[in-house]
Amino acid sequence: MATRQKTSLPVRLAAVAGLAAAGLATVALAGGPNDNKLVIDGKEYVTELPAPEGSPLKTLYSGWRFRNESTQAMQLDDFDNPGYPNVDTGEQLWSKVDGEAGKSCASCHNDASESMKGVRAQMPKWNEKAGKPMTLEQTINACRENNLKAKPWDWESGQMLGMTAFIGSKSRGMPVKVQTDGPMKEWLEKGKEIYYTRVGQLDMSCAGCHEANYGKMIRADHLSQGHVNGFPLYRSKWQKLGSMHRRFKGCMQNIRAKPYEVGGDEFVALELYTASRGQGLSVETPAVRN
Amino acid sequence: MKRVLCAATAGLLAVAAITVGASAGPIAPGEVKIDDGKITASLTGQPGSAVKGREWFANRKLGNCLACHSNSDMAKEEQFHGEVAPSLDGVADRWDEAQLRAIVVNAKQALNPDTLMPAFYRDSGYTRPLKDFEGKAILNAEQVEDIVAYLKTLK
Repeated sequence: MATRQKTSLPVRLAAVAGLAAAGLATVALAGGPNDNKLVIDGKEYVTELPAPEGSPLKTLYSGWRFRNESTQAMQLDDFDNPGYPNVDTGEQLWSKVDGEAGKSCASCHNDASESMKGVRAQMPKWNEKAGKPMTLEQTINACRENNLKAKPWDWESGQMLGMTAFIGSKSRGMPVKVQTDGPMKEWLEKGKEIYYTRVGQLDMSCAGCHEANYGKMIRADHLSQGHVNGFPLYRSKWQKLGSMHRRFKGCMQNIRAKPYEVGGDEFVALELYTASRGQGLSVETPAVRN
Repeated sequence: MKRVLCAATAGLLAVAAITVGASAGPIAPGEVKIDDGKITASLTGQPGSAVKGREWFANRKLGNCLACHSNSDMAKEEQFHGEVAPSLDGVADRWDEAQLRAIVVNAKQALNPDTLMPAFYRDSGYTRPLKDFEGKAILNAEQVEDIVAYLKTLK
């Protein structure tokens, strides 16, 4: 269990009241991750675990643990999860014939509950033919072009988000487990370099907020550790589901940095590196955040 | 017609150049020197306005100081205060004006090269700045002086 800033609400309120009485405090403190448990359909998800050796963090926490209770609640039941209709969209697309080959995903992959189990948990995955790691989006599009003879989907399109949400949901509850050795090593290093490089007019790195200051408030936002185990996820700010690369892009724009290309090598490397920092956390696709 | 316009523009530019040349403009970001964590002189040559500074302080597109720092002076009107950096309550008791100015201009030079705090008066040397902000500092000289004037009231 973590030792940092984990105080109960009454204790925190009392502390704030004390400080306020002394004329010091202005607002309630965030107090790190909360202690709530993520249980969906009776199954408990791993939202906290001791960080693996070599990690700069002591304890890993899913981003879910940094959200407030009303946001958390939306993920507890699939009927309340505003990202879940995307899963249904993906399920319909799964068996829909598309492209010149006259096939659907199901023509080769049959029942997604079996064939797609664990796929999201291993993404991005090394692709021997391409000679590089491929994200779930890239893998889907490669399959569409090569096997279905269909047009690739746009990264942030309703179809792509539906399919990544549907395929991702088949790994729900499974631990994130990306390959980090062999040919992935070079990509991991590249992602790490991006993670620690200060960019933009605000001159900040991913690490500045998500490693050094997670658990604290940055104005109205409660900083998480920046894990990617819930993507694609529903974000209330977007009012819809969105991809991990969209989130990377938005974060870079917030610090007034020119974002890397969605689907480009830099973001693929960053996806791999951020996924590796959260090894062992449960896949939550489609997660709910704010 | 075009030639007349050009001539008129050139004339205006000449007038503008003379006007700028006549008044001593603010010290440009690239010209500011931080000595021993201090910038003694006002960047504009004038004292700033604490009233305006208070506004820039909270403005999310300008100082946005509340993103990281809390400030009891704004407890009533601003609900969300950051926790990433030290509270600014009593900041004027801890630093003098020259130090406050240097910290706002470039905290990495004034305080600590590893601080998360952005430099607010630096317009070059950034990695991948977004196009709209390329070659620009977050604040102009007047805004820096206004914020310094406001910080001086936090005792």
